[in-house]
Amino acid sequence: MNGLTEALPPLSGHEALVEANRCLFCYDAPCTQACPTHIDIPRFIKKISTGNLTGSARTIFDANLLGATCARVCPVQELCEGACVLGSEHKPIAIGRLQRHTMDHAYSHGAAMPTVGAPTGFHVGVVGAGPAGLSCAGELARRGHAVTVYEKRDLGGGLSTYGIIALREPVGVALAEVEMIRNLGVRVLSGVEFGRDVTLDSLIGDHSAVFLSLGLGRTPDLGIRGEEHLVDGLEFIEQSKTSPAGPHVGRDVLVIGAGNTAIDCATIAKRLGAARVTILYRRTANEMTAYTHEYRFIQNEGVRFEFLTQPVEAIIDEGRLTGLRCRRMQRTGRGLPEPVSGSDFTLPADQIVKAIGQQKPPAFRGLETDRGYLRINDEMETSLAGVYAGGDCVRARGSASTVMAVQDGKRAAAAIHKALTGLIS
Amino acid sequence: MADLSINFAGIKSPNPFWLASAPPANSGDQVHRAFEAGWGGAVWKTIGGPVLNVSNRYGAWHSGAQRMLAINNIELISDRPLEINLREIRDVKRNWPGRAVIVSAMVESKPAAWRTIVRQIEDTGADGIELNYGCPHGMSERGMGAAVGQVPEYCQQITAWVKEVSQLPVIVKLTPNVTNIVLPARAALAGGADALSLINTVNSIIGIDLDTLELSPSVGGKGGHGGYAGPAIKPIALNLLAALATDPELAKSNLPVSGMGGIATWRDAAEFLLLGATSLQVCTTVMHYGFRVVEDLIDGLSNWMNEKGFRTIADFQGRSVPRLSDFGNFDLSFRVVARIDQARCIKCNLCYVACHDTAHQCIDLITAHPEHRPHPQVREADCVGCRLCYNVCPVEKCIEMVEVPSGRAPLTWAQLAQAEPAVAEDWEAMKKYRDRHGIHIH
Repeated sequence: MNGLTEALPPLSGHEALVEANRCLFCYDAPCTQACPTHIDIPRFIKKISTGNLTGSARTIFDANLLGATCARVCPVQELCEGACVLGSEHKPIAIGRLQRHTMDHAYSHGAAMPTVGAPTGFHVGVVGAGPAGLSCAGELARRGHAVTVYEKRDLGGGLSTYGIIALREPVGVALAEVEMIRNLGVRVLSGVEFGRDVTLDSLIGDHSAVFLSLGLGRTPDLGIRGEEHLVDGLEFIEQSKTSPAGPHVGRDVLVIGAGNTAIDCATIAKRLGAARVTILYRRTANEMTAYTHEYRFIQNEGVRFEFLTQPVEAIIDEGRLTGLRCRRMQRTGRGLPEPVSGSDFTLPADQIVKAIGQQKPPAFRGLETDRGYLRINDEMETSLAGVYAGGDCVRARGSASTVMAVQDGKRAAAAIHKALTGLIS
Repeated sequence: MADLSINFAGIKSPNPFWLASAPPANSGDQVHRAFEAGWGGAVWKTIGGPVLNVSNRYGAWHSGAQRMLAINNIELISDRPLEINLREIRDVKRNWPGRAVIVSAMVESKPAAWRTIVRQIEDTGADGIELNYGCPHGMSERGMGAAVGQVPEYCQQITAWVKEVSQLPVIVKLTPNVTNIVLPARAALAGGADALSLINTVNSIIGIDLDTLELSPSVGGKGGHGGYAGPAIKPIALNLLAALATDPELAKSNLPVSGMGGIATWRDAAEFLLLGATSLQVCTTVMHYGFRVVEDLIDGLSNWMNEKGFRTIADFQGRSVPRLSDFGNFDLSFRVVARIDQARCIKCNLCYVACHDTAHQCIDLITAHPEHRPHPQVREADCVGCRLCYNVCPVEKCIEMVEVPSGRAPLTWAQLAQAEPAVAEDWEAMKKYRDRHGIHIH
């Protein structure tokens, strides 16, 4: 799709070599500490510099089965590259792009692909084929457990497939990872919805242990008049990735919200032909949840911002959306900004996309929650023995990210393996 | 403005930079363009008997992203007909009377062959002759090049044959592929040489192709040793240059030396001159970047001379030679320790792991704050001043070696061994000596 292909080109062999040779090979490296999955980054980079891409790939897979996705979607500026000792006065090592170099090699050559452990006879059920579920399933398969993944969508990969803008990750990358997990003997059943086609009780009955990686729900309602004319931001991104025609894009597009999803929606709208794209946010740039580099990126795309602005009503004229009535907000203290009475104004719009987060996971009988998210203990186990959970559905604190989900899946797999076999690995 | 001109055994040159006898000085057109770029002289690629070359004749050693830290070649002497070379030499010299044109030669080890080539060279109007006793490959299998340079008697004999007929200054080029460079150098002196040059290329095998398991580069499936040159060999060349400078017999003779072996920058050039070279020959960096590199060789050297107050090359030539010494004369009481500038430290902690794993375990990682990355700190009392941390540190001026008083009077090993022979021979005596002087090695 025009304007929405992967933004960064792959590094050439020579570029990767030059970059890998810049790495200092720090002792007890801060990049590794900053990586939620603790990939031994200097080690995999050193191996690039010696032409040992097989070993480099194995180093990454050892810590992170979804290294190809993480290489593309990780907020590296906030994590590994942000911690690079060359970052302060020089240029940090392009760790994400080097990891992609290695992962591209691994997938194109079939090198160092993870392998299955000796069968244990245990069978684990995993709900959701997003990053947490795939990570958990793959790590369990490596330890010899049989795994079945239940996925309600047609395609595996979760948000990597449906929710990450193609500029950062093309669908093919996520699907190749699903295939890699399948090649470990993991059964991925699509079109199977948890709570409808399978239940917690049936899963517990059928499996030695269960891992819930349910993700989160759709975009919540704003609660304004004309809401039914608004587009769900996640669906907007999804269509940009999986629909050959792409999403319908208006001429005057408003995006409500200021997280990374809002930035992605605005990017898609802009790149697919919208004349004007404006992001509305109730608060100021300081409170935006989007990463700073994303904020800078979208400003360069020519997207405008209306800060301290709250949507009031979608204006519908003869069944057609024509604009959004908004209200100015102001800071009165340290809390939420307050609406300014009499400040209403209208922004013209023929498309309004809401990207204000996701609904919390649905409640399930017997599963305790924490602020609406599944409560887990240090072993990733829910309040039900033998039922584990990870990924966005447990992230009551901190910001949700792919790499955290991968780590959750990895840790849950280790905990499940220990619970089933008594072995630590 | 600094005066870079030199007079090398009677050969005058506007600057000390000469193309070494090698592919860059293979033809009149090349040497002409080199002179246009500013080279002070050129030593023509060796002329001599008929040869045929092979393909894949240059191998190279790349380190990381740095291309061609060294080159390795199996190219023979000039494969252009002798009369063409002689004609072009004559033309170049006629067009460039102010530049040094020296002709490298190598023929069969027969007096008549040498007499003939000498006369042919003299007829061109060239300024000097360089006897190629160094080529380590190909020609040596035919009894020439290094096959001569490695046998002092042959060196002397052939030099004498040439000197019998030559009116031109004769430079003998030495091979580094010997155990003691001083012996062939003395032989050349005894044969009547007017000057020496060193080093020729070092015997080397570049490597093996890990796909085909053939040697690299491969000549139709076969490979072998070649001559190694370029920045990587500079320290070897400096050492051999120093060996000539410190030999009393050679020093007494005052034979000028043309230094070469890995000169890539004006800094390298200055170092060769400081160790006693008079002229400098350059090849690999020219093969990497072209003749234009001479501009910064001249410019950088001039600027450095101006800053240092050196008006002429002679003002500093050989200035570092008196600093050359042997381990036995080094002061055992001299002490430096590593100091880490914490404000500059980026906490890569390479100094720590280098010291801890491979040196003297005197750098600790200190966690000043649980939120902060640990930083390296030297335990100065235990630091032996080995300088490894200084060498691995990637940050400029972050680690310095600081001189500290040892509390002991200056003393060399030679002095100690003479004053207290038992200390040099017996561990018990050494232990007592250390205790007496407060030398504790942890």
